[in-house]
Amino acid sequence: MEIRILGPGCPRCGEVEKRTINALAELNVGADVQKVTDIKKISEYKVMGTPALVINGKVKASGRIPSPKEIKKWIQEEK
Amino acid sequence: MKDRWIFLIFLIAFLAAYFIPFQQPTVQNAIGEAFLLLQEYAREHVLLCLIPAFFIAGAISVFVSKASVIKYFGAKAKKIVSYSIASISGTILAVCSCTVLPLFAGIYTRGAGIGPATAFLYSGPAINILAIILTAKVLGYKLGLARAIGAIVFAVVIGLLMHLLFSKEEEKNREQSEFMEEEEEKETRPFWKTILYFAVMVGILVFINWGKSSPELKVWYLIYQAKWYIGAVLLAVLAWMIIRWFRKEELKEWTFSTWVFTKQIFPLLFAGVLVAGFLLGRPGHEGIIPSNWVAQLVGGNSLGANLFASVAGALMYFATLTEVPILQGLLGAGMGQGPALALLLAGPALSLPNMLVIRSIIGTKKTLVFILLVVIMATITGMIYGHFFS
Repeated sequence: MEIRILGPGCPRCGEVEKRTINALAELNVGADVQKVTDIKKISEYKVMGTPALVINGKVKASGRIPSPKEIKKWIQEEK
Repeated sequence: MKDRWIFLIFLIAFLAAYFIPFQQPTVQNAIGEAFLLLQEYAREHVLLCLIPAFFIAGAISVFVSKASVIKYFGAKAKKIVSYSIASISGTILAVCSCTVLPLFAGIYTRGAGIGPATAFLYSGPAINILAIILTAKVLGYKLGLARAIGAIVFAVVIGLLMHLLFSKEEEKNREQSEFMEEEEEKETRPFWKTILYFAVMVGILVFINWGKSSPELKVWYLIYQAKWYIGAVLLAVLAWMIIRWFRKEELKEWTFSTWVFTKQIFPLLFAGVLVAGFLLGRPGHEGIIPSNWVAQLVGGNSLGANLFASVAGALMYFATLTEVPILQGLLGAGMGQGPALALLLAGPALSLPNMLVIRSIIGTKKTLVFILLVVIMATITGMIYGHFFS
């Protein structure tokens, strides 16, 4: 599973990363998690705002901090 | 924190501690001013103005659906709609200044016309709702209102001008691709409820901060006398709304988002107030920078003063809200009202670092035009305001 967290580096993006890693740990799922902070690269992902969460190339949330429940749901969908 | 930065901080702290002439009365006075200004902010603005404003910011970031606002930006949308939405959407979409640039990059590359996209780029930081509220509270309602109106008008005008100048070139290069990938957005409450909820919060903020005016202005003064009652009633309405219209999980997200903003902005504002107090002193007092320097550079309402304020504002980086204490200091040290407005309109939207990022998204030529438009309009608007309203 490939997870990308998009954001230029403000604390909200950090929160998304933290929740994602927690969710992965709770579900005992492994994934390649990376933060993308370059604005040009972020715009290539076709998102409408940061922070954004992309799993396996699909944009799951953009412009907001998703709840831990939602993140777990998406991880399970993409397993 | 990276070790390189830690070392740099230690070095600067040491050099400052070693070299700053703390025994000089002017330095001691400036340090005193810094803390006195901080105390003034703590006593007069934090509880009634900042804290409610942070809650509003938190609510905006959680409860407003960005997707539904952004779908109006497409180049095919009716001009009136896309420009009006773009110019005020800054308030709704980007409370955190770090959201503006990625959002702009996103909507620009996704097919928004250069016009609405730049209108949004300007309005995001310029119509930051927290900043407008604090501006009105600290610098006066005239300046706050002028800033709000000026920012909206600028956004539309600059967007239109950019569109006129560059749209032909745009159509050749970019495909009008499918504008928005629909994301799962569950609407949990009717739109009117969301609007009312925000209206009540803004109402609370406005009324509890209602300034005292002279008793001759009947209505204004009556409202001032009743402000706590009005505030209490609105607060009760808000409590009812919260209990009846929102799920527990949403309320948790709201308070969490509020806290994130507070963590981010509060330290910056704290530092900004200390710096402003140290450099410029409280209104009517001197900081490290002599008042007559300020009066010479940006006093009065000349073209030079307004232009200098615009350019300085455009280049300088203002962390969210810090422009307010800095302007308070400058005004107190002799800056004219016109140049002050010019700085308020050019400052938050631009800074040297963010010019570079914009350049990487829309290219050097368009970026330079954008900057020029902002500076010129800020200068002119400053002069007009200074002439008629100060």
